[in-house]
Amino acid sequence: MIKISKFLLIATLLFAVACSTEDGGDNGGDSNGGDNFDRGEMLANWADNIIVPSFVAFLEESQKLEDIAKAFAENPGTTELNVLKAQYKVAYQEFQTVEMFQIGKAEELNYRSFLNTYPTKTENIESKIASGSYNLELPSNFAEQGFPALDYLLYSYGSTEETLEVFNANPEYINYIIAVAERINALTTEVTASWEGDYRDTFVNNTSSSSTGSVDRFTNDYVMYFEKILRSGKIGYPAGAFTGSPSPTNVEALYAGDISKNLYLQALNSFEDFYYGVKINGGENGPSYYQYLKYMEDGTSSESITASIADQFSAIRAQSSELDSNLKSQVESDNSKMLAAFDELQKEVVLLKVDMMQALSISVDYVDSDGD
Amino acid sequence: MQLSLSKYLKKTTEAAPLAVFRLFFGIMMFASIVRFWLNGWIEKLYIAPKFFFSYYGFEWVKPLGDFTYLLFILCGIAALMVAAGYKYRLAIILFFLSFTYIELMDKTTYLNHYYFISILSFLMIFLPANAYFSIDAWRNPARAFQKIPQWCIDAIKLLLGIVYFYAGLAKINSDWLFRAMPLKIWLPSKYDLPLLGDLMQQEWVHYAFSWSGMLYDLFIPFLLLWKRTRFVAFLMVIVFHLLTRVLFPIGMFPFIMIVSALIFFSPQVHHKILNFVSKWFSISKQRFDNLKIYQFSGIKKKVSIGVLSVFFIIQLLFPWRYLLYPGELFWTEEGFRFSWRVMLMEKAGYAQFKVVNAETGNRFYVDNSDFLTPFQEKQMSFQPDFILQYARFLADHFEKDGPENIEVYVDSYVALNGRKSTPYIDPEVNLLNFADSFKHKTFILPFEDEIKGL
Repeated sequence: MIKISKFLLIATLLFAVACSTEDGGDNGGDSNGGDNFDRGEMLANWADNIIVPSFVAFLEESQKLEDIAKAFAENPGTTELNVLKAQYKVAYQEFQTVEMFQIGKAEELNYRSFLNTYPTKTENIESKIASGSYNLELPSNFAEQGFPALDYLLYSYGSTEETLEVFNANPEYINYIIAVAERINALTTEVTASWEGDYRDTFVNNTSSSSTGSVDRFTNDYVMYFEKILRSGKIGYPAGAFTGSPSPTNVEALYAGDISKNLYLQALNSFEDFYYGVKINGGENGPSYYQYLKYMEDGTSSESITASIADQFSAIRAQSSELDSNLKSQVESDNSKMLAAFDELQKEVVLLKVDMMQALSISVDYVDSDGD
Repeated sequence: MQLSLSKYLKKTTEAAPLAVFRLFFGIMMFASIVRFWLNGWIEKLYIAPKFFFSYYGFEWVKPLGDFTYLLFILCGIAALMVAAGYKYRLAIILFFLSFTYIELMDKTTYLNHYYFISILSFLMIFLPANAYFSIDAWRNPARAFQKIPQWCIDAIKLLLGIVYFYAGLAKINSDWLFRAMPLKIWLPSKYDLPLLGDLMQQEWVHYAFSWSGMLYDLFIPFLLLWKRTRFVAFLMVIVFHLLTRVLFPIGMFPFIMIVSALIFFSPQVHHKILNFVSKWFSISKQRFDNLKIYQFSGIKKKVSIGVLSVFFIIQLLFPWRYLLYPGELFWTEEGFRFSWRVMLMEKAGYAQFKVVNAETGNRFYVDNSDFLTPFQEKQMSFQPDFILQYARFLADHFEKDGPENIEVYVDSYVALNGRKSTPYIDPEVNLLNFADSFKHKTFILPFEDEIKGL
């Protein structure tokens, strides 16, 4: 009896100690034997075949953007300005392929907010140009830089000639454009360098199943991007889905106009490609959500989630063919089509946020509270 | 019958098990409060949100702003006082009230474990847990007793037994036993556990865990009661709760249950524990060993036994209230809480609210993150009473600086135990036409599948 009670005591104490180590399962080893779906391989595919090549490609364009802006400053002529405008469109389009990767350095820097907060604050931009003093590194200046600021500066003053007149009246305009282009490129350089440096391994090796593991964290960001940035930002806010009154000035690339739908479609394509694990530089698709869901579906008898998600991507794309290439015009002429686009996107949100995340047992909430 | 009952009520036993229970309970509660604070949850759960989900009938219980910290301090101090047995009656009442207040502030954080702590501390108000090995008994030898009525210890055993047994009954359903849900979803995601990671991928493991979990919950109270199986049963308690601790984020609860299960052991074991503690702190345990028997005064005995009888009748009946509601319990959640339905469901939803101006027909969607924390939004999206309360809140909010005649609709989808998400609330129904009540909520759409069982 004495022995037993001693044992019990020790056992109880042991577990009390185990308890105090709290939140177990932070960096577990990666187990990839048997028929286990290999998250490490999925993370590596994401990083090596999608995220890094996407940033490298975009960095090339942001570098060009900066170079061309500087060339334009050297020689502010019509041709040079048109080249700059064209490069702005190319870079903005390419940016849509990396906008969803707000993790690691990008998250730390608030990359997306610096590059793409719209509508841009035009009055602030004008007053800063007038005063000639500004600090684009402040978070309070999200809405005065990035692509939306370039959009305003390059397209809001009218024709190329009219724009040049404005620029010639005050050289600060061109300085501001250079500052914005430099900032886009500098931030992109920093994020890309981080992925090409240590962060790639940090990301891929963190195969933990806890809420701090890469799969959990990235998936939360990825789905949040679709809901808040793609659905609400690119379609919902301009359509007035959350206010009841359409607000065409909330469209992305408001002043360039005719590229807004293309930006939306590019973002959608990149998002869908990511889901399927499509490699940027070609080759057979690598493991991603689609493959992960397929692996989980083998164990359950429920209807196929992958089929529903695929169908909904098709439905979204089919609906988008009805949209004007200029989403601002679409809002003004027939907003019901914008609302229809929102509804289609919304259905996908449900499938991603409810069905997919449940099947993968990834917790939606960001509060690591206790469960039952 | 009458005779044997009064005979039973007169039976006495050593007070040591209850003293050990009090000691560990107090310490565990104190640790839980500290842990809650250190994790930043007071701020995250009770200060940061703009809106709180109230329990029906307890709308007046709200977080107290920065004074909420004070409430936790009070609760923590009360827990320590309980552990020490210092001004015990006052301490346990304070603990019960402060802890229960905290739990009532926002039902988003509802956990069966918290409910268990609340009712257990209520039960302890009526037990002479400070009769032995307490500061109260130390300071006032006239109120120190080595022996107490047997029923005081049995009451705790009964409550623990109910918790386990009802949790076991709730697992007797087709999802749990024949689809191995939700373990089939949860276990594979624990791929990174050392040794167990690969095992968690096997379908037979999901079934084995489901069935053994059900059997464990049903039989463990009896195995603990019976002397010959007690030791093995206690080992099972340890293994079971430790496993749940490793597999799921359930905080302190496994340790509370492991320590609580000690109450089933004989007084000798508890004397050993107290000897150990006494040596550690150089307390003269003999001072408590006075062979005196604690006697409830006539009226006190009547009140205590009367209140606790009603308490246990409610505990036995309350979990069955779901039978009064139509529809699938897991789907409607009418009668789901306070019934020891633990870890039974993987349920997630999405609720898109639409506010309509009844006069102009103008409509817009609500961005839930404007009003709710991600955790609140998650909990709200699949529980009808949350949805109703939130709809009411939205109406109040938008009517404040807008039109009077507002209607609130919700487009919602819920996925339950790996089934595909399906519409949850009737999207054609203006939620403002309904007031929260204990009546069946007719705006919940029917569950399209069937879950058989209790």
